[in-house]
Amino acid sequence: MSRSREAMLGNIRGALGRGTLSAETAGELAERVAAHRRNLIPARAAGLDHAGRVGLFQTMAEEVQTSVARVASAGEVAAEVARYLAAENLPAELVMAPDPGLDDCGWDGRPLLQIRRGKAESSDAVSVTPCIAAVAETGTLMLVSGADTPTTLNFLPDTHIVVVREGQVVAAYEDGWDRVRALGAWPRTVNFITGPSRTGDIEQRIQVGAHGPRRLHVVIVGDG
Amino acid sequence: MQPTSHNFVDNARGELANPTLQQALRQLTQTGFPLKRAQAVARLPEFDALRDEGKAIKDHTLAHLDYYLELYEKNVTAWGGHVHWCRDAAEARAAVLEICRSVDAKIVTKGKSMIAEECGLNEHLEANGITPVETDLGEYIIQLRHEPPSHIIAPAIHLVKEQVADSFRKAHTELPPGRPLTEVPVMCDEARQILRPRFLAADVGITGGNFLVAETGSSIIVTNEGNGDLTQTLPRVHIVMASIEKVVPTLEDAATLLRLLARSATGQEFSSYTTVSTGPRRPGDLDGPEQYHVILLDNGRSKLLGGEFHEMLRCLKCAACMNHCPIYGAVGGHAYGWVYPGPMGSVLTPALVGLAEAGHLPNASTFCGRCEAVCPVKIPLPKMLRHWRERQFAQNLAPKAMRQGLGLWGFVASRPALYHRLAGMAARVLGWAGNRRGRFRSLPLAGGWTRVRDMPAPEGRTFHQLWAAGRRR
Repeated sequence: MSRSREAMLGNIRGALGRGTLSAETAGELAERVAAHRRNLIPARAAGLDHAGRVGLFQTMAEEVQTSVARVASAGEVAAEVARYLAAENLPAELVMAPDPGLDDCGWDGRPLLQIRRGKAESSDAVSVTPCIAAVAETGTLMLVSGADTPTTLNFLPDTHIVVVREGQVVAAYEDGWDRVRALGAWPRTVNFITGPSRTGDIEQRIQVGAHGPRRLHVVIVGDG
Repeated sequence: MQPTSHNFVDNARGELANPTLQQALRQLTQTGFPLKRAQAVARLPEFDALRDEGKAIKDHTLAHLDYYLELYEKNVTAWGGHVHWCRDAAEARAAVLEICRSVDAKIVTKGKSMIAEECGLNEHLEANGITPVETDLGEYIIQLRHEPPSHIIAPAIHLVKEQVADSFRKAHTELPPGRPLTEVPVMCDEARQILRPRFLAADVGITGGNFLVAETGSSIIVTNEGNGDLTQTLPRVHIVMASIEKVVPTLEDAATLLRLLARSATGQEFSSYTTVSTGPRRPGDLDGPEQYHVILLDNGRSKLLGGEFHEMLRCLKCAACMNHCPIYGAVGGHAYGWVYPGPMGSVLTPALVGLAEAGHLPNASTFCGRCEAVCPVKIPLPKMLRHWRERQFAQNLAPKAMRQGLGLWGFVASRPALYHRLAGMAARVLGWAGNRRGRFRSLPLAGGWTRVRDMPAPEGRTFHQLWAAGRRR
């Protein structure tokens, strides 16, 4: 295929009426990429203080059928998860990301919750995962893949529960990129998730619950 | 896919007389995407400024496309992925087949990919003993019906739910034949139930790519159903099919374009799932594909650079132009006879399959300009349709009567004295003849007009004559 590669690059340069770029231009382009400057960011979220952003995240998320609960501290997450599962008439059985960041969520106080840590199997009905950021602009969660955060948890189970720390709520997607960059190695998958899965493919009637989760529940953990 | 664009006129006539299609199209034009887009745009004061930035990002990338493609490839490779450069559809089909064979694939799941449609990939896989399974609900429905997509983001938009129910009953013979199948939610659940085991059984998953990010070597898909994510996460091999103009420099540039894409397409603030994929699974990962391949397709696009159709390569494939097009709204997508319908298709199809095949398409426009007005990257679609018409005339491809008519018109219009004399005569004669009714039921040489509506009669004098006589009001 390297012949095709050279032919395609040659066609592109020919059509643009030039040869390979000068070292100077290539240097400028490399600088543009390295700087990865932000373009215009809407004022909607950027103009708010942190509490305002958390509020906007919740409003925008609820608009797309994400349910949102807020707890004061991490230790209360397990209780909220148990309450949610009971309210939705779901079994108290879940698969959870092996991420140690979820260890402080008060699971020991809920012995009736059956928890497996690992990736999702097709039989799993409920998953619990962390996220890396929650974008206020559109109520969007950002999740990354990794040894402790397998991607199947985000898509196979019918119900996906995401634990968001207040400090993870950011204004814009660009803030989220920065948090992923800060991980060091770029992950295999970055998932932006905005509400449960949906389709409008039959007569444009929006139907929640297509191939991915039918329910998306977010638990926001306060800083206090 | 074999184009039937040369049949546009007959295709369109058939579609205009198809009551089910007309019912489906009314849902699109009256309550569907255009309304939702308008609401989403109204909520974001910066939308127009973002369009300018989106246009600038694409222009910058296209001007340095060789650089960004090479950088993209370098970063894909650094993360353990493979880029397959393919000059045309045949090379792309061969590359996909070779990858599938290397892992002895039997079942291939597919997220929505217009590039795969362009390459006729499903037929090729089937002919080689591999079963492709479309997993996007709309694509799945039309695969069952052996139809091509009629819209680039809503492939089954030409169907009503009764037709979908009918196809499901025929295909899903493992389910009880007497089951109720009248409501949309029930049909969606049935498709989910049928497709879930196929996701799990697939050896290879193929997705499209809305953006390729040079900075990180990532591909990005934008979906709502979650089918693309199951497609690319569960099988051992993930293949991305994307064309060369999809590359953008940085993640920040992608973010700007993502703000435009969903709003322009479905009127959503953001699609349910935007997924950034970089290489295969990492050491220690519990899931994800073991191999990651990108099919990078040219198929005639590089020829468009630097020419009259250069700006077409900014296209994000959002479908706003067809959602707002009166022609698309009247005849639907199948009439266009190939993969890309509507205004963007009428510009792209002649470039990719030739003007001799697709010459009708640039003429299927009223030049109302709505497509350009809603385009998120401000592609001057009407101007480019006009370029195709000029080429068609210059290459003697237009029908003889039209060429002669245009030639005659050109002769007269470039001679003002003759033009005014003839126009004055015509206005007098027509004014006299149509004096009593004020309109004509039929008129020689104007049958195309008077077959469906009356032609208003002139009042006897031309605009120039009235102007010269000082009757300016």
